[in-house]
Amino acid sequence: MDNRSDVWQGTLALMVLKTIEAMGPIHGYGIARRIEQTSGDLLSLNYGTLYPALLKLEQEGAIASEWGLSENNRKAKFYKLTRAGKKRLEQEAREWEQATAIVARFFVPGGEPA
Amino acid sequence: MRHLRSWWQRIRGIGRDSSREQEMMDEIESHIQLQAEEYERAGMDPTEARRRAILKLGGAEHTRQAYRERDTLPLLENFLQDLRFSFRQLGKNPGFTATAVLMLALGFAASIALFAFVDAALLKPLPYHQPERLAAVYESAAVFAHSNLSYPDYLDWKRMNNVFQSLDAWQGNGWLLKTAGGVEPVRGIRVTDGFFRTLGVVPLLGRDFHQGEDLPSGPRTVMLSYSTWQHRFGGRSDVIGQAVSLGGVPFTAVGVLPKDFTFAPRGDAEFWTPFHAESECDLRRSCHGMYGVARLKDGVTIAQAESEMKSIAAELARQYPGSNRGQGAALLSLSEAIVGDLRPILLVLLAGAGLLLLIACVNVSSLLLVRAESRRREMAVRGALGASPLRLVRQFLTEGITLVTIGAALGLCAALGVMQALLRLIPKQMMMSMPFLNNLGLNLHIVFFTMAIAVLMTALFAATPLVRMPLHALHDGLAEGGRGAAGTLWRRLGSNLVIAELAIAMVLLAGAGLLGKSLYRLLHVDLGFEPNQLAAMTISGSDVAYGKSPDAIRLDRELVDRLNSLAAVESAALTSNLPVSFNGNTDWLRFEGKPYHGEHNESLERDISPGYFKTLGAKLLSGRPFTPDDNTNHPKVAIINKTLARKYFPGEDPVGKRVGNLDLKPDSMKTIVGVVDDFREGPLDEEIWPAIYYPLYQSPDNYVQAVVRTRGSAEDMLPELTAAVRAIDRDLGVTDQTTMSLRIHESPTAYMHRSAAWMVGGFAVLAALLGAIGLYGVIAYSVGQRTREIGVRMALGAQRGTIYGLVLKEAGRLTVIGVVAGLACSIAVLSLMGKLLFQVKAWDMPTLAGVSLLLGVAALVASYVPAHRAASVNPVEALRAE
Repeated sequence: MDNRSDVWQGTLALMVLKTIEAMGPIHGYGIARRIEQTSGDLLSLNYGTLYPALLKLEQEGAIASEWGLSENNRKAKFYKLTRAGKKRLEQEAREWEQATAIVARFFVPGGEPA
Repeated sequence: MRHLRSWWQRIRGIGRDSSREQEMMDEIESHIQLQAEEYERAGMDPTEARRRAILKLGGAEHTRQAYRERDTLPLLENFLQDLRFSFRQLGKNPGFTATAVLMLALGFAASIALFAFVDAALLKPLPYHQPERLAAVYESAAVFAHSNLSYPDYLDWKRMNNVFQSLDAWQGNGWLLKTAGGVEPVRGIRVTDGFFRTLGVVPLLGRDFHQGEDLPSGPRTVMLSYSTWQHRFGGRSDVIGQAVSLGGVPFTAVGVLPKDFTFAPRGDAEFWTPFHAESECDLRRSCHGMYGVARLKDGVTIAQAESEMKSIAAELARQYPGSNRGQGAALLSLSEAIVGDLRPILLVLLAGAGLLLLIACVNVSSLLLVRAESRRREMAVRGALGASPLRLVRQFLTEGITLVTIGAALGLCAALGVMQALLRLIPKQMMMSMPFLNNLGLNLHIVFFTMAIAVLMTALFAATPLVRMPLHALHDGLAEGGRGAAGTLWRRLGSNLVIAELAIAMVLLAGAGLLGKSLYRLLHVDLGFEPNQLAAMTISGSDVAYGKSPDAIRLDRELVDRLNSLAAVESAALTSNLPVSFNGNTDWLRFEGKPYHGEHNESLERDISPGYFKTLGAKLLSGRPFTPDDNTNHPKVAIINKTLARKYFPGEDPVGKRVGNLDLKPDSMKTIVGVVDDFREGPLDEEIWPAIYYPLYQSPDNYVQAVVRTRGSAEDMLPELTAAVRAIDRDLGVTDQTTMSLRIHESPTAYMHRSAAWMVGGFAVLAALLGAIGLYGVIAYSVGQRTREIGVRMALGAQRGTIYGLVLKEAGRLTVIGVVAGLACSIAVLSLMGKLLFQVKAWDMPTLAGVSLLLGVAALVASYVPAHRAASVNPVEALRAE
C-alpha cells in the first residue's frame, strides 16, 4: 500500500549510532524523528522497535543513557555514544561502505564483476 | 565479547526491581508526550494527538513488552516463574510432595548405589596401563577350564609365542616375617622378572626387578607394597637397600610399589620376590602352580592369542606326552579373570534396583495423574486467560524437574551412605580380593548416571499429565466442571500402571524367594561331616627350621599330640587343605592292573594326619583309617573317597588295590587301605570330586591346617589353641583361626548367595510396599469418584457387604492380572539368574505360590482401607453433596 521500505534487519543499529553521533545527546523520540527525516521519509520506522534496539546497544556498551530535560522542558532519557560505541560506529561504517561498494560494482552498466 | 556483555546484562535483568520497570514506562510515556505535542502544534486536538502518537509507536503495551523481553531472558524468567509456582504448588500439597520425593529418592538411592558398585567393579577394575591389552593366561585340562601353568611350560610359552608383547607369571606364597614382636605370617607373591613391566607399573621408590633377577642365580631381593612400606617401615625412603628377614632369610628391599597399585587376585600381598625356581615342583613340568599374565601385541585379540597358545600347547603335548597330554591353553582378559565371578550377582542386583526405580517412577506418575485430574479446571482457566499450550506444557515440565531434582539430590546423598554401609558389610577377607571397591564413592560416572536417569524421568513426568490434558480441548475442562466421564480414562490408565507395578513387584518377590531358597539349600547342603564345634587354623613353620622332611614330621607329630592333649579337645588332626575350600590341588593317578591310555586321572589330593576323619566326623565306609605307624618307615598307603571308588573301581572292593603315578614308578606306589564316604572338599555349590588321601607322616609339610573338635564352643577355644601351638615354638605362624561353621557361612559361595538374597529381598519388600501404595491410590481414587454412585446404590438398598464386594472385586481383578503377568515375567526373567540359583529352578512352584499369596495379601490389605471407606458412605450426605 505504501511505497516506503521497512528498516532492514541489522541496519537499524548503525543508523541509531550514526544519528546519535551526529546529533550529540538525544532522546529516543528525537532519534526516531531524525531517522525518518534523514531517509527523506522513505523509511517507515515503527517507533516501538526503536526502544529494544536502544536497550540492546546499551547492554552491549555502545551507548549510555541519562535522564534530562527536552527542548520544551519535558523529562526525557538522553542517549550518547560511549568510546566503544564510537569505535564500533567507525568500524561498522567502514564495513557498510565496503559492502555497498562491492554490491554497487555489480550494477555499473557494462562493467564486469572483478 | 560484546555478546557476552549483553547476555550478562540480560541475566542481571531477571527479577530486577520495579524501579526499572517504572523507568521504562516513563521513557515510553515521555516519547508519547513528545510526539503528541508535535501533533498538537500541527493543530490536532489533544485526545486525537495522543491517540495518533500511540498508534505511531505501535501500541504502548506492545512496545513495553518488546522492551521488557530485550531487558531480560524471557525463557529463563518464565522458568523461574514456573519454578516459584511449582514450589508453591508442591508446598500446598505436602503429602503428595513428600510421598513422591521419598519414592523417587528411594529408587534413585538403590540404583545409584548399585551402579557405583558396577562402575567400580565392572567398568574400571584395573589400575594398570592400557588394561584392555592385558590377558590372564592359563593351561587347561579336562576338569579345569582354567588351571595353573607349570614353570617349564611357562618358559616354553614365553619363548615360542608371537602374540604377546610380554608374558609373565606369578604365584602366591607366604612368609614368616621377623618383626620386633616376634614372628608374623605374611602374604607374598613370587613373580617373574618382567611382571610389573607387563602390567605397566613403575615403582614409587627404588627400582623394578632386573631382567634375569628371577633366575635361581639371581640375588634375593624384595619389593614392598605401599601399605607395607607405610606400616612396617614407617614410610622411610632409606628402606631401599635394607635387609628384610623373610622365613629367616635376608632379602634386600629394592623397591616400593605405588600407592594406587593393587593386585586383586591376591589383594593382601605384602612382599613381592623374584620367582627363583628351585623347588622340585618349580622344576617339574607336571606341577602347575603359576598364573600367567600377558600384554597382547597391538592388534592381537584375545581369541587370536588363545588359538596360538593352544597350538603351542599341542606341540608341547606331543613333545612331552607324559606331563602335557591333554594340557591345553586358555586366555581371558585380565579384567574378566578378576571380576568375572562378580558380574552375574552385580548385574542381578542392578536389575533389581532398576525395577525398584521403575516402580517408584510408575507410582509417582500415577500420583501426578491424580493431581492432573484435579487440576483440569486450573489449566482450563489458565488457558482461557491466554496461557499458550506451550506455556502450560512448560509448567508441567518445571514441576517434573523440581520433583526429580529434589528426589535425585536426596537419592544421591542416600546412595553415598548406602554404599559405605554395604562396603562395611563385606567381610575383610572378601574385600582383600576386591581392591577396586576401595575407591567407591562419588565420581563423574555416577553424576552422569544420575543425570541421565533424572532427564528421562523428567520427560516421563512432564508427559504424564499431558496424557490427561488434551491441550486443544482445554475449554472442556471449564465447561464440564471436572466430573463424570473425566475419571474413566484415568481409571483405565491408572489401573494399567498398577498392574505393571504389581507385576514388577512380583518379579522381585519371586527373585528374592528363589534366591532365599537357594541360600537355604546351599547352607543345608550335605557336607558329609559335622561342622559344629569344629575349630580350624593355619600353622606354618619356617623353611629354615622345618623345611627338611624329618623336621617337618617332628613338627606335625608334635602339633597333633599337643592339640590332642588339651582337656577341652575331643580330637585334633592336620590336613593340607581344609574342607569346603576349593576343587584343586589334584594328583594324576594310575591304577595298577587297569587298562591305561595315558589319560590324567585327575583327583583331589590331601595329606592328612591320623584321626582326621574321626575329627571331622566323616564316615569310613570300608578298610581302616591312617594310624601313626603310616610313616616313612612303613609302606605307602592311601584312602580314597566314595566318588573315586565308584568311578575307577565300579563293582569292586578297592581296598588292597594299588595306585601310583602315571609311570607306576615303584616308589610312587601306594596301597589303598580304606574308602571314606564323600565329604565336601570343594565349594558348597560344586559337584563332589574324586579325592585321594595320603598320610601326612609319609609326605610331611611345614605348612598345615589344623582341625580341632572341641567339647565346648569352638570359638571360645581359639585363643587356647593358638597358645598351645605357640608353646611348641614361638616362631610358628598361626593364622586364620576360625570355626568351621563360620568358615562355611562366610565362604565366598555362601557370601555371594546370601548377599544376593538379602539385597533382592530388600528390593522386593520395598517394591511390594510401593505396589501396595499404588493399588491403594487407584482404589481410593476410584472410590472417591464413585461416592455418588455408591450413595445411590445404598439408598436403593445395597448392603454394606455388597459395597465391600464391589470395591474389593475391582482391586482383586487388578491384583490377579498383576500377579499372573508377574508370574509369567518371573519365569522368563529369573531363568537368566543361572548360577545364582542353587538346586532351585526358576519355576519352583512352592516359592512362586508363596510370593503370589504374599503379594495378594498385601494387595488385599491395601484395598481394604478404601473399601471400608466406601462401605461407610452415608447415602444421605453423598447425595446431598451433589
